[in-house]
Amino acid sequence: MDLNLTPEEVAFRNEFRTWLEANVPKDWAEWRERPLEESFPYLRAWQRKLHEGGWAAVSWPKEYGGRGATLMQQAIFWEEMARREAPPMANALGLGLIGPTIITYGTGAQKKRFIPKILSADEIWCQGFSEPNAGSDLASLQTEARLADGHYIVNGQKVWTSYGWVGDWCELVVRTDPTAPKHKGLTVLLVDMKSSGVEVRPLRQMTGESEFNEIFFRDVRVPAENVLGKVNDGWNVAVSTLMHERGAYGARLILIFKRNINRLIELSRVTERNGRPASQDPVLRQRLAQCYAEVEIMRLNQLRAFSRVTATGAPGPEGSIQKLFWSELNQRLQQLAQELLGPYGQLLGGDPRAIDKGIWSYGYLRSRGNTIEAGTSEVQRNIIGHFVLGLPRSY
Amino acid sequence: MQFGLNESQEFLRDGARKFFAGECPITQVRRLMETDTAFDANLWAKLAEQGYTGIIFPEDFGGVGLGIVELILLMEEAGRALLPGPFFSTVVMAGSLLDATATKEQKRKYLEPLCRGEVRASVAFFEAEGSWDLADLRLTEVNGRLQGEKLFVPDAAVADWILVVARNGVFLVDAKAPGMRVEPLNGMDLTRKLYSLQFDNSPAEKLGETTGLSRPRAIATTALAAEMVGGMQRTLDITVEYAKTRKQFGKPIGSFQAVQHQCADIYLETESARSAVYYAAWALEHHAPDAAAAVSIAKLYASDASRTVGNRGIQVHGGMGFTWENDLHLYYRRAKASETMFGDATFHREQLARLTVDVEAVSVERV
Repeated sequence: MDLNLTPEEVAFRNEFRTWLEANVPKDWAEWRERPLEESFPYLRAWQRKLHEGGWAAVSWPKEYGGRGATLMQQAIFWEEMARREAPPMANALGLGLIGPTIITYGTGAQKKRFIPKILSADEIWCQGFSEPNAGSDLASLQTEARLADGHYIVNGQKVWTSYGWVGDWCELVVRTDPTAPKHKGLTVLLVDMKSSGVEVRPLRQMTGESEFNEIFFRDVRVPAENVLGKVNDGWNVAVSTLMHERGAYGARLILIFKRNINRLIELSRVTERNGRPASQDPVLRQRLAQCYAEVEIMRLNQLRAFSRVTATGAPGPEGSIQKLFWSELNQRLQQLAQELLGPYGQLLGGDPRAIDKGIWSYGYLRSRGNTIEAGTSEVQRNIIGHFVLGLPRSY
Repeated sequence: MQFGLNESQEFLRDGARKFFAGECPITQVRRLMETDTAFDANLWAKLAEQGYTGIIFPEDFGGVGLGIVELILLMEEAGRALLPGPFFSTVVMAGSLLDATATKEQKRKYLEPLCRGEVRASVAFFEAEGSWDLADLRLTEVNGRLQGEKLFVPDAAVADWILVVARNGVFLVDAKAPGMRVEPLNGMDLTRKLYSLQFDNSPAEKLGETTGLSRPRAIATTALAAEMVGGMQRTLDITVEYAKTRKQFGKPIGSFQAVQHQCADIYLETESARSAVYYAAWALEHHAPDAAAAVSIAKLYASDASRTVGNRGIQVHGGMGFTWENDLHLYYRRAKASETMFGDATFHREQLARLTVDVEAVSVERV
């Protein structure tokens, strides 16, 4: 056990820190307030800059334009991005989830065709997985693809697609064999979103934003060479993509949570409660300390999980609790913020009296989705019960 | 950075697990808990033979010289086995306090035989107020003598020496000293017996100042939290096993999500407590600037988690979990006693608040 950074890790951090210092755009604070539709070209330009510096996909192997970074280096990367409050990258899904899946399952031609433009943000990627009737039970999805003279003809509907409105390409999971058991009849297609028959509609969520889209496919023709992996082996390909959701990106969340609890502590010192600062209120002190402790434990669970993966090559049991832990913790943190801020907590961004430009009212509403997106808490507990503890399947 | 165990640490943990499984099975625990002291001289000699009684103390004084991470690995296994008797009070509480406060001569005299397993000792802190705050203590040494009462002293009946924390220092009192009376308290944890001590003009030898308390207390708190993690792990194992085999409605109850989710939460709480404890041990070992905060985080989380884990485990067992015959209540009792020992979650949240809410930058206290 050695929790100090190794000399290589320190060197990696210093190199990236120096690069960020010189390259993070100074005007991001003005842009971040604007809707994503307006700031998107800005984020593309930022990703291009990272790519030119060799920082767009540090986790990827060197031969594909990455740095072959260890998990710990990846964690350092996201921590530094968050520390410096750098803008996010435009092609988040392409870099984080889909690119790595293409590197694993793609043909030589597919890699050559798609990988460089993922890195440069010339082509933005989205994911067509969930459907109106296939959420937690993803493998029951119904969007169908029939092979006819060298093309798959796709019909169906996807939902909860991030970046659908700006996506150039989509990693789409379809049913190619309706007679096979549900996990065995799926295939992954790489679909050009400009194909005829693709229609994208915004899905407005309870925060008022549209982070997600619905996508409709009507007789969309996809060349057969755009199958990723083997036909009817799409479940394994899709699972490989989903596994990347639990990668080092979490390190970024930890820094954000740390920043949030530290900010709440600051606010508690300047917020009056019962004639004294809220920070001196015995109950709120307890709640702040509890939240502080849990954020720290989230960091420690993550470090242990990384070390396990690094040592054994397989994700350790700690990894499976991360999603459950952070999503429920964020809801507690946001509720604590609401209690601390009293009536001001409800004011939305744009209201001149809103605290911190309304991030706490937004955070409260947005955190409600945390225990649903990327696998509900119920599904996470099923996974732990069955795959980690070895209990019989419940469904 | 590597937040995992190295080979020698794994070796120590596996060796301890095997040792306790062989020498301290639950039948032995049940036999000892029915005795007045929960002490077994034979088991004690074997603990000493393994070098466990000197694990973290300097080789100069007959110890093994291992670190705090190694200590918590041992304590975790002891907790899993529900090791009864005075190991924690002697080695972790009294040993660390001697190591931190005594002079070299005193260490020769007291720490050396302790490392060799020839003696047992305990630490007396609590008074009638039941407060962990030094400022609440009343007992004061006058002219080398003590007069008054200490409460909730673990394993005092089998201790050769009692280390007494008084207002004006840390003192050592011989268990056979004149004017000293040891009386059992009827505590919930049957495996770790508690006592009240009366001092009537009892001679006491000064070891050092109370300022020397913070590090041994941090070590003991972390080691206790590690023991709690071991108890949680055992509760998880017993509960998952039961959920796989117990059938209702024609199926193992572990196939029902309501039961599975309880088990998943036990798992989450156990692993999270373990992360916090391992880090606290490492931070203490390396005198990290956030060590004091890390210790409070470990104890506050483990205190709440070991209770909820016990609740969930018994709930999954249904009526069987509520019987004397089932082992879960033994862990449940230990968990409750350990929850308050060295401060419960509320106490440590306040400690953490002092280190975080009350200061501009996060904890700078070195322990």
